[in-house]
Amino acid sequence: MGTTESSIVDSARARPGLLLVALLGGLLLVDLAAKLAGLSVGPVGGALSADRLGSNLWNGVVIGLVVGLAGIGLSMTYSILSFANFSHGDLLSTGAFTGWGVAFLIAGFGDVPVRALLSVRDAGSASAGEVGAHILSTPVAVLAGLVAAFAITAAVALALDRAFYKPMRDRDGISILIASIGAALVVRYAIQFVYGSDRRGVTASVDASNLAFGPLGLSVNAHELTIVVAAIGLMLAMHFMLQRTKLGTAMRAMADNKDLALVTGIPAERVVTATWIIGGGLAGASGYLYVLLRGTIQFDFGWLLLLLIFAAVILGGIGSVYGAIAGGLVIGIVFTTSTIWIPSDFNEAAAFAVMITMLLLRPEGLFGGVSTA
Amino acid sequence: MTDASSSGDRDAPADERPESATAALLDAAKRSDLGLVLGTLLVVYLAATVLTFADGLNSVVGLMRTLTFLGLVYALAALALNLQWGYAGLFNIGVAGFMALGVYTMGIVVRSPDPAFGPPGFGLPLPVGIAAGMLVAAVVGLLAALPALRLKADYLAIVTLGISEIVRLFLQSSAFDTFLRDSLGVGTGGGRGMGMPRNPVRDLFLVDGQAGTPTAFGELVFGVFGEDALGVSNSILIDWGYIAVLAAFVIAFYVLLERLGRSPFGRTLKAIREDELVADSLGKNVDLIKVKVFVIGCALMGLVGILWFGSQGNVSPTPQFMPLLTFYVFIAVIIGGSGSNTGSVLGGIVFATVLFEGPRRVGASVRDVIDAETPPSFADAVAALDPTAFLAFATDNVAPLQFILLGLILVFIMHRRPDGILGDRIETAAAVDLSERPSGGETDE
Amino acid sequence: MSSDVPDASDVADAADEVDAADAITDEPEANDSAVEEAAKHVPSGAPPLRVEGLVKRFGGVTAVDGASFEVEQGSLTGLIGPNGAGKSTTFNCITGVHEPTAGSVYFKGEDVTGLEPYRMARKGLVRTFQIARELSEMTVLENLMLAPKGQLGESAIRAVTPGLRGDVVEQEEAIRERAWETLDFFEIDHLATEHAGNLSGGQRKLLEMARALMTDPEVVLLDEPLAGVNPTLEEKLLDRIHQLREDGYTFLLVEHDMDVIMNNCEHVIVMHQGSVLAEGTGDEIRNDERVIEAYLGEDV
Repeated sequence: MGTTESSIVDSARARPGLLLVALLGGLLLVDLAAKLAGLSVGPVGGALSADRLGSNLWNGVVIGLVVGLAGIGLSMTYSILSFANFSHGDLLSTGAFTGWGVAFLIAGFGDVPVRALLSVRDAGSASAGEVGAHILSTPVAVLAGLVAAFAITAAVALALDRAFYKPMRDRDGISILIASIGAALVVRYAIQFVYGSDRRGVTASVDASNLAFGPLGLSVNAHELTIVVAAIGLMLAMHFMLQRTKLGTAMRAMADNKDLALVTGIPAERVVTATWIIGGGLAGASGYLYVLLRGTIQFDFGWLLLLLIFAAVILGGIGSVYGAIAGGLVIGIVFTTSTIWIPSDFNEAAAFAVMITMLLLRPEGLFGGVSTA
Repeated sequence: MTDASSSGDRDAPADERPESATAALLDAAKRSDLGLVLGTLLVVYLAATVLTFADGLNSVVGLMRTLTFLGLVYALAALALNLQWGYAGLFNIGVAGFMALGVYTMGIVVRSPDPAFGPPGFGLPLPVGIAAGMLVAAVVGLLAALPALRLKADYLAIVTLGISEIVRLFLQSSAFDTFLRDSLGVGTGGGRGMGMPRNPVRDLFLVDGQAGTPTAFGELVFGVFGEDALGVSNSILIDWGYIAVLAAFVIAFYVLLERLGRSPFGRTLKAIREDELVADSLGKNVDLIKVKVFVIGCALMGLVGILWFGSQGNVSPTPQFMPLLTFYVFIAVIIGGSGSNTGSVLGGIVFATVLFEGPRRVGASVRDVIDAETPPSFADAVAALDPTAFLAFATDNVAPLQFILLGLILVFIMHRRPDGILGDRIETAAAVDLSERPSGGETDE
Repeated sequence: MSSDVPDASDVADAADEVDAADAITDEPEANDSAVEEAAKHVPSGAPPLRVEGLVKRFGGVTAVDGASFEVEQGSLTGLIGPNGAGKSTTFNCITGVHEPTAGSVYFKGEDVTGLEPYRMARKGLVRTFQIARELSEMTVLENLMLAPKGQLGESAIRAVTPGLRGDVVEQEEAIRERAWETLDFFEIDHLATEHAGNLSGGQRKLLEMARALMTDPEVVLLDEPLAGVNPTLEEKLLDRIHQLREDGYTFLLVEHDMDVIMNNCEHVIVMHQGSVLAEGTGDEIRNDERVIEAYLGEDV
């Protein structure tokens, strides 16, 4: 199978494809403009308020940042350990349940039984309002929960690596991928066993938590703002770690060319350990933030998000941390703005379709094979 | 020459048969494959009897029915996946989606245009529906395969998973249902799903499928085993009739795949799985062959979807066609050892009975024995500091534990026995016997 | 070990018989094969292989930079050059693994630039790999039986349909027979039922060449067939190559070992920095100052 040769065939094949995608994109933009202007010509146009578009975009950015944050870890394990980690989504759930357990413990200590708090309301009958976790009323609890989500998930990810993946270090990517499906089952259903299977509310509601940005017609929720700040903060920390520290350099080298990195004496196992701690921790943090956004929690929400996270990582180009973030934003915005054109039943399908189109037309991602740098 | 062939024997791995008694041993090996499958079923039946004999014959036969049905449908799905993954190394984790396409298409084609309830269909005969179901699964497989098979294996995995989810989300969507009704006059039923056409096997036992009016054949069977004789309920007996049909399909799948495997086509697949560049350099059109095998596999998955879910009265997209279903099938193939058809059948049976149904039944039986209130939550069970209460909680919540067990087994197999139960048997990829030199070849000495 | 080694013509005859008896070339590409059969024995005007102005760049690196040469009908041509001279890339461009950036490849006068490897193999140009790529989970016999062109049973429908499978089995018997004869020729018949993964390095090289011959090629490109092969086996391999050449096969041989090339090839092409530095007989090359310089530059 001629690599170069096929890439030329591919690009020849891709050009009509790209053209089609560009045409479709153009058409959607024209339609969007027409809708905003309130024009309607046949199937094109209609009515769409700038406010609605604005809030769609804002929601897309918030979801996108959470997905992008989760994507960083997935992208790192993909490039450094060379396998698609199907248990990554369940790390999000791990972080969410453990982190919110801690946040509840701090927020509701004394008023509500401890076992109801630690089990995120699986035990007992306290309502989310009685626990009262909210960034405005209990900021310390919410932030401590975020830290706990990062730390506990990092530990779980590391434990999974030692138990499940380390013995398979030299195996092919597909074998490890299958093992990761096994790991995903173990984690997801351990969560179900411990925390129960019902979907339940987590955050309390607080008066005046919406901040209105008048001129843009945007109404921004305090939790959304928290998510944006936390996600961007973690991403910046990640950026400095990669660019400024020895560990970051080693990680980039490993992601770029594993064999070469090993030859030059990079301590592979230490880099792998760091990858799990950081990637797992970020996954846990993003799972925690996702619950902050949605306000509810369920044992398998991370697994259901996994495909969206994969979509983000693939869109950004596997192996690139910045690509994962950018991919997350694109996926988030596709997810929320697609409802302008299609029924909301399909917004997830639209995100997957974008991912599949990307894989078929440009498998190297938006930024074409630039790895973690 | 004799020297040469006997030295070949010595070097040959143990699973190769010595030439002297080839024919006899070959027969024995063939018998033992069938024996293995039947023996496994026997063990399963024994366990089922032990679990339910106290409740009477009807319960025993009923449990055996459930286990056999699941074992056979998983065997079918595992065989179809084995063709793609075991033979050609194509990592398709969209199995659930292709099964959904098959059964939904069949339902839409066969359902009455003017049903009493549920979405309308085209009202065509069942065979047309089955063919259409396989065709749609094959066409979607083709559309996916044409570009996606050029991708790396893990990308193919993600694309197929994405397709399977897109299929499920479409079937789930009421907007899509409405769209179909407006444009084609048929529907999917959205999240509520759709009722399946009557199983023709039922007509074999009952006139027009009406419970009160058995056919001559039905009369005979019900008379011998039925409520008035051995006490087995009619519905269980009819289900056994369908199980016979499923068994016939398992045999047909098996023969089909064995023939494919033992042919130059299978040889090329084996080569592609090992090294695409070599196959390519020897004049094999690798892309074309991969597309072919992917499409055949998808059509078979569509058929399995029909045979499995089409017989269950009602289908709905969630949770029936969640990706978990795909992973079940994968576990079945992996247990049996990818690449081995016998292994796939065996893996399907073992998965469905021992791993899927087993823990639930055992859990329920244990729960019956424990005399304690079930704590309302894990935290309460732990806080109670009472092992009995915890056991009561665990046995009442055996489903998640079962999934944890499945996950651990998957990891364990990948660690210790990546070839599965039977996977170390590498099957011959030729339409002729290769275990010894044909006598004609030695004349040039 | 069979004492009588059937010579190459036996193999070729057997091949012809298979062709005649079972219409082994009964495929879309049948026309090519029929022409090949004739061409193998009766040289046509155009050389079997001609490379013209071949250029291959990978990103900013130019691996092949305007290489041009011809391989004559029935010859054993050697291709040598210091490390990084572009020999392997040239090979990959000829066999379709890489698409050349510029330049052309002609097979018997026909422009075949950029054809996929499988099309090249079907036309009659087959290659072996520098590091043997045996299919380790298949037996030696299966490895060989994979290779022949025009196998009826490669059609999934024929392979499973009861009425059509008879032809498949018949053809399989002929292919199996031919595979055994080829194994005899390379004296690895005692390994027939062995999984290829259990073979020694040298045996794998023999297997690769045997497998390549099973495709019924006209031109065989050998990528360092002697690397890692012990001297006894090396002798055997070279002996087989010479026998096959006398029977009309054309060989292009890349080899790192200068002596092997000088002693065996009647025509030698020297590549350096991506282009052809010198061409000629072994003696001419040996005394070519540019060649000495190029190699000295490397050996220091």
